[in-house]
Amino acid sequence: MLKRTPLYEAHVSIGARMVDFAGWEMPVQYSGPIPEHMAVREAAGLFDVSHMGEIEIVGAGALDLVQKLTTNDVAKLEDNQVQYSALTNTGGGVIDDLLVYRINEEYFLLVVNASNSDKDFAWIREHAEGTELGVHDTSHGYALMALQGPRSERILQGLTDHMLDRIPYYWSQQVSVDGVSCRVSRTGYTGEDGFEIFCNPEKAMHVWNRLLVTGQEFGLLPCGLAARNTTRLEAAYRLWGNDMDETTTPLEAGLGWVVKPGKGEFIGREALQSQKREGLRRKLVGFEVLDRAPARDGYPIIVNGVEASRVSSGSPAPYLKKNIGMAYMPMEHSAVGTGFSVLVRGREVPARTVEMPFYKREKRFD
Amino acid sequence: MANTPEELSYTKDHEWVRVKGEQATVGITDHAQKELGDVVYVELPKMGDKFESAEPFGSVESVKAVSEIYMPLSGTVVEVNGALNDTPEKVNEDPYGEGWMVVLQLENPSQVDALLTAAEYEDYIKEEASE
Repeated sequence: MLKRTPLYEAHVSIGARMVDFAGWEMPVQYSGPIPEHMAVREAAGLFDVSHMGEIEIVGAGALDLVQKLTTNDVAKLEDNQVQYSALTNTGGGVIDDLLVYRINEEYFLLVVNASNSDKDFAWIREHAEGTELGVHDTSHGYALMALQGPRSERILQGLTDHMLDRIPYYWSQQVSVDGVSCRVSRTGYTGEDGFEIFCNPEKAMHVWNRLLVTGQEFGLLPCGLAARNTTRLEAAYRLWGNDMDETTTPLEAGLGWVVKPGKGEFIGREALQSQKREGLRRKLVGFEVLDRAPARDGYPIIVNGVEASRVSSGSPAPYLKKNIGMAYMPMEHSAVGTGFSVLVRGREVPARTVEMPFYKREKRFD
Repeated sequence: MANTPEELSYTKDHEWVRVKGEQATVGITDHAQKELGDVVYVELPKMGDKFESAEPFGSVESVKAVSEIYMPLSGTVVEVNGALNDTPEKVNEDPYGEGWMVVLQLENPSQVDALLTAAEYEDYIKEEASE
């Protein structure tokens, strides 16, 4: 039996195409991946991401536990600040990537991937044993929506008196949205400005519908998982399970900026330090296909006639109008500009490594 | 509601066929293009390639997915719609016209009798949707 988010009825009622994603019945598209993707880049899009897991760590020493479990430096966070980070195992492999919300020193909210939620919860519980800390899986306590795109602030501002321009990137606030108390954070997975909005599941329909109505004149579209994947790929955000997993380290995944060995002890620190000392043997690169044939997840990558890797994520990029992808490449073939082939149904198609992100938004003042 | 021209023949894999003497033009149906969404790439065979009926002969790709396309009839490819390389969206805009894919020299024109009529194909789509 697939799980449904509190917004399931809303999706079905407007004709969304629903699919199984990590055990959840989720909307993959409404009007189509291309119009939805373009709405996020040029206007705004609204995603239901209630399938994401929430884990809360509460009590004296919460900060120390999060510090021990994650690679980034939690001590740098102030109340209401948010941080992208990784949970790593002793080998430095990525158990999951996540957002860490410091509500206060004794209260942290972790937002994790739906597919890893149970595993993460068990891992964190195990490491909290012997402490007085409360570790709670509160995934059912939240609906989560992502309002993304250059017009997001204007749309959301229409439903709240809270001055949203005072919430900087990667900060959050408790905000009343059309009378519903929500935690609103300036975060997202699309490469655009925007907000992620946590609310009581019983109020989710109200907030969703009010956002869609308010956003209509701004060109807001409801967006599904297809557009979520293509927008995140253009922005080169890694997807756990595709672009990293427990056998790859954050350093190999190009996430060295979230690894802070200087902060003190954490699980995976030694392995990551020694990998850094010895140097990487492979790393995640971005590439462009120099052909009209898209490279898809899992397609073989050929260097000098031999399979050297597989595409970790690959898709047509609707805004860039190119076929792009990511793959782990041996260091000697990882420099920007290096050519290789992608095997597309038996045909070797040329590709070239490029800088990531593929897409970077311009600072706009509209 | 999908458009299903009376004068064409159809397959359960959602291809259409327009037979003229010993040649047949092949494409994908309006229903199929709607299900796929915006087509971004079409991969077609080369002139002279030979296929048995029901054999895959290429693929149609949307942003999200790759769908194989199957030969409705046995024969040799004598024309390929090269324009789809630059304008794959023709498959969405005009599936029975500019969105055509290949012309076949038929090996056995009587195979056409085994294909679905427009009415049969419409019934089949309805059945599929109710499953």
